[in-house]
Order: sequence, then C-alpha cells, then structure tokens
Amino acid sequence: MATDQRGRMPAGAQLSDASGIGRRGVLGAAGALAAAGGVITAARAQAPTIRLGVLTDMSGPYRDPTGPGSVACTQQAATEMANRGFTVEVIQADHQNKPDVGANIARQWYDQGVDAIVDVPTSSVALAINGIAREKNKVFLNSGAASSDLTGSACSPNTVHFTYDTYMLAKGTGAALARSGGDTWFFITADYAFGHALQRDTSRFVEAAGGKVLGAARYPFPATTDFSAFLVQAQSSRAKVLGLANAGTDTSTCIKQAREFGLTRNMKIAGLLMSFMEVHSLGLPTAQGLLMTEPFYWDLNDRTRAFAERVRPRMPGQAMPTQVQAGCYGVTMHYLKAVADMGAVQAKADGRAAVARMKAMPTDDDAFGQGRVREDGRKIHPSYLFEVKAPAESRGPWDYLKIVATTPAEEAFRPIAEGGCPLVRS
Amino acid sequence: MEDLFGIPAPLLFGQLLLGLINGAFYAMLSLGLAVIFGLLNIVNMAHGALFMMGAFVAWLLLDKLGLGYWWALLLSPFIVGAFGVVLEKLFISRLYKLDHLYGLLLTFGLALVIEGVFRNEFGSSGLPYRIPPELAGSWDLDFMFLPIYRAWVVVFALVACLATWLVIEKTRLGAYLRAATENAPLVQAFGVNVPRMVTLTYGAGVALAALGGVLAAPIYSVNPQMGSNLIIVVFAVVVIGGMGSILGAVLTGFGLGIVEGMTKVFYPEASATVIFVIMVIVLLARPAGLFGRA
Repeated sequence: MATDQRGRMPAGAQLSDASGIGRRGVLGAAGALAAAGGVITAARAQAPTIRLGVLTDMSGPYRDPTGPGSVACTQQAATEMANRGFTVEVIQADHQNKPDVGANIARQWYDQGVDAIVDVPTSSVALAINGIAREKNKVFLNSGAASSDLTGSACSPNTVHFTYDTYMLAKGTGAALARSGGDTWFFITADYAFGHALQRDTSRFVEAAGGKVLGAARYPFPATTDFSAFLVQAQSSRAKVLGLANAGTDTSTCIKQAREFGLTRNMKIAGLLMSFMEVHSLGLPTAQGLLMTEPFYWDLNDRTRAFAERVRPRMPGQAMPTQVQAGCYGVTMHYLKAVADMGAVQAKADGRAAVARMKAMPTDDDAFGQGRVREDGRKIHPSYLFEVKAPAESRGPWDYLKIVATTPAEEAFRPIAEGGCPLVRS
Repeated sequence: MEDLFGIPAPLLFGQLLLGLINGAFYAMLSLGLAVIFGLLNIVNMAHGALFMMGAFVAWLLLDKLGLGYWWALLLSPFIVGAFGVVLEKLFISRLYKLDHLYGLLLTFGLALVIEGVFRNEFGSSGLPYRIPPELAGSWDLDFMFLPIYRAWVVVFALVACLATWLVIEKTRLGAYLRAATENAPLVQAFGVNVPRMVTLTYGAGVALAALGGVLAAPIYSVNPQMGSNLIIVVFAVVVIGGMGSILGAVLTGFGLGIVEGMTKVFYPEASATVIFVIMVIVLLARPAGLFGRA
C-alpha cells in the first residue's frame, strides 16, 4: 500500500477502493483508517519529499465533481512542479462525507508526515480538518468545501480556501437574480453546515436587493431521495425563485423533479452550487436556462482550455475538470511554488510559514489566471455567472455553458473586514 | 383557503398524495424483501443494489440499444432477475442451512461490490433518463399539480403488489412455495423440485426490485447510490410490517410513505428519522411486527 510515485496513482487507487467499499458499512471507518495507516512507510529514504494527501469524496454524491478528478488535478500540478529540488508524493483517501472519518484520516496522515491535505469537499469535514491542521501546524489546501466560515469565524493561519465559498456563490447567483426581478425566494436546504451557510449568505443578498425570503425547507442530508414534498411547499409559497442550497446529486434530483412538478412554469430555479457536472447528468433538455456561478469553466479562455487538455488524459472517463478539481490544481501549484521559494525543509517544518509564504506571493495558474491569497486565507479571483445552453446551441460533448456576467476578483468575495476572521487586524 | 393544523388544506392533501407515491416505492421494494425473507429466510441486503441495477439496465437499454421505457419495464426485471438467479445459484444457495446473519453479511457484501462496480463504470453524479412522452405532463388537481407519471407509479405499484399477493396466497404455485418453507423435504417427496422453486423465487423477488428501479429511473437521478439510500428505510418498513408478511409489507409501505410525507410538512428535519422512531415503538409493543406471526 506504500506510494513512492510522483504524480501517478496506482497504490492510492487501491487505498480509495478499500475505504470506498466500506462507505455505508460499520467497517468503513476502520477500513479507511487501516488503509491510510499503511500508506507512508516506503518513501522515507528520499529527502526532501513533499507529501500531499488528497482527502475527498471517492464514493458518495460529490464523487464526480471532486473525487478521482481532484486526485488527477493534484497530480497534474505535482508533475508540472517536478524538479524544483524536492520530490512530490500524492496519496488519497475517501472521507465518506463523515467528519469523524475525515478527522481520523487527517490526524493519522499529519502524524505520519503528510505536509498538506488537499481538496476536502463537504464543509462539516473541512471544518474539522481546519482545526487539526492548525493544531499540528500543517497545511490545509481546501478546494471543495463551500462554507465561508473557513475564512470567517473559523479562519486559520494554516488554511487556504481556494475555489469558492458560499458568499461568492450567493452573490454571483443570488444577487444577479434578485436584481433582475426575482425578489421572492423559497429555499430547499441540505440540513448541515454547508446548506445553512449557503442559505444564510444568499438570503442576505436577496434582502439587500430589496427581496424577501418566503420560506425554507431543510431536508436531512444525505438520507433524502425524493424532494417532491419540499417542491410542492415551494410551489405553494408563490415565491418567484427556488433557491437550491445543496449540491451534487441532490441538486440534479431537485431540478429534475421541479420540472416534473411544473415549478419551472412560474418559478426560476437557482442552483446555488452547481457545476457543469450536474448539467452533464441532467442532460441539456432538462437543464437548459439554469443559472450558476463558477470561478472556473474549461472553455473560458485559451489558458483554461490548455489546462483542460493537459489534464484530461488523467481524468476518469476523460471528463473535463470541474471547478473544484481545477481548484486542486491551482492551490497545489501555488503551494508548491511557495515551497520552492522558501525551501522544502522549512516548508515541511512549519505549515504556518508555508501558508504565510503563499499569502505573500501572487498566484498565477492556467485554470484561474492571476490572483492572490488574502490574509484570512481566502484566494480571490473573478467569478462568472453562467447560463446553461439550449441543446441547439451546444457544439458537442461538454459544451454546456455560456457566460452571462463577470464579477471582478475584488468584488466577488466577502470583504475581508466583514468575515469576522480573528487573524485580520483592522 | 382552509387551514388544517395550521397548514393550508390543499398543501396537506398534496403531501398526502406525495406520501402515497413514495409509499408505492417502499411497498414494491419491501414486498420483494418480504417474499425473499418469507420463503427463503434470507435477509437480502442486496435489494437496494438490485433496484439500482434495474434503473441502470433501463438506461443502458435506451442508450445502447435505443429501447425506450416500455421495453425497459418488460426487459429490465427479466435481465436483473436472471442476474439474481445466478447470484442465488452461485452464492446464496450455500447459506440456507446457516444462521440468518450469514445471508445478511453475504448480501451486504454483494451490494457493496455491485455498487462499487457501477460507480467505477458510470460515476456518481447520475445519468439522464426522461419520462416517457405518453406519461409526460401533469394534471391540475386544484390543490396541486400531479405529474401523470407519479399517478402511473402508484397504480402500477398497486397492481404489482396485488398480483404478487394473489400468486402467493391464492394459486397452487403459491401453495407449493408456502409449503416448501414449512417443510421442504415433504414437498420434495411429492415430486416438486424445491431448490429450483427457491431459486426462481429469489429471481422473482429481485425482478420486483428491478421493476421498482425502472419506475424510479425517470423521477430520481439514476446513480449508483440510489438504492442504498432507500434500502435501510425499506428494511424498517419490513420490520414494522412483520418480517415475511406480504400483506404487512405492502400496507406498511404505503402507510409509512404517508407518515413520512406528513413529517416533511410539519418538521422536515425529522423526515429521515420518523420511520425508525416508529420502528422502535412497534418493536417494543409488537416484536413480530404489525402483521407478523410471532
């Protein structure tokens, strides 16, 4: 189970299988731990080696937009940053969207020499690991979680939150819809940290634009398969906009069933965290016209297209990378640049110093272009409001979105003073 | 607009109806489980995975062979049922003499393997499957829009449940089956091929799961975890109804669908838990379940 590869994954794939299979079972956590425990014994002789652990959803509802694709993109960055005086090793595990499982793996990884944990979708898991990285003075490079608390009340000098957050998503979609007449909202919300944060942040923009929130239904996550009861409640609220404060298969099932129940006749649907992966799963005839906010889309410009073409051979099913997966690439590139800049030995010894160096250097990668990491750990870049194309507009597979509006980097994210991050001195 | 319990009456009726529709799925699935448990004494944890396979076979038939919903409704139960027969022959048949727990563990393992294979092959985010054009659209019932397809699901599930019940309780074949569970050697002595009958019963239970999967494909997302999200609830339904009781499985399936639907109106956060609360109460008061024979 040891991994000494640079940018390749066979041993890690085994690991994720072991933990993936146990997902529903009582044995899952034990299996994942046993697997994770055996990982890091082999490559100790080479020095210095930067060890990256991609901790992600390999078996649940977020697998496609994160999962193996996040591993592939992290490995792509490791490959592109090879030969800088240190080697890079990428391992992976499945956190099964459970904070306890994720926290156990993270502790074990950090104790056994992993320098940075990458990705970690599912806010509840990310918040747990945020604390562990700080306690052990390691690095946490988050791409997949959305809760804006990671750079707000829970901000940490050991964490960089890269791709998006609930504030950015809420502002991108919520504010845009509220401005164009969608002034009454009903939310269907996943009942955990992420859903609550997304609903809270969106409500704020809706109300700031003069709109009103008429109601919300919080459904148990991840145990809900049928959303019709909530959709009918939304319909009878007579709100103009249905806000979906959820993600992954939950969002696509909601959209599918909303069409079935005729909600689209008099309501606009706002998938507050969506990527083209959900569009891919719904099909353009069902998804056309939906609005979504993303900071990355493969067909944005020459650099994003070049990045997508480079990484695709590694991707499961040769899929295009999603925003979260591209974020794993971007954040790993930037971390490894900081490591190269300060020296691998020092970066390994002091996670806080490595993150401080990341904040001191401007970012630049093919997926997100130029940007920077703020003092609170927030990476900033422009966000784009996309509309899903009609089937006739699409030129082929993966051609799903067109840009409707762009929010510049400095406006896309929550102003640093408003987040309540204790690291920020006013 | 009148209010009942502080909720507008139309909304309440709508939710009752929706609960009934979800109950139809519970009934279809718990029926298959009850048949398998009642006649084979196997706690079939693979039922959810086989339900998922039913939906995937429908998608594959459409995507690879161009065969639409109606063909899938016919073919998918046969294909998945045949797969079930192979499973029974290869694995499950070896466990009849052992404790229930072995069957439970084996089928749980099979479920994980099947799910894992589909997840590797098709990813987790689901595949598009559209409502057949004949059943698209919805009726305006004043208190809600009822999608025609959902009405179809309820009617179809009721017919399937009734037919299964009739076969087992009222036909000669059903009598053989029931007799074989009581005393297999005796039935065999009368010239009935009991092992084959048991294999086919498992196949039929699996086919019911697959049928549920095809019915679910157009309204849920067709994804590898669609079965595992349902299976635990369905087990609770079977336990509440009484393990092995066919009528119990069907009635509790519909009943609990309604209870869950109501919970979604009054306190949605508890909608995933309410069935298990009921299960605990029923187990305390009637350990054999509402319709079970102790």
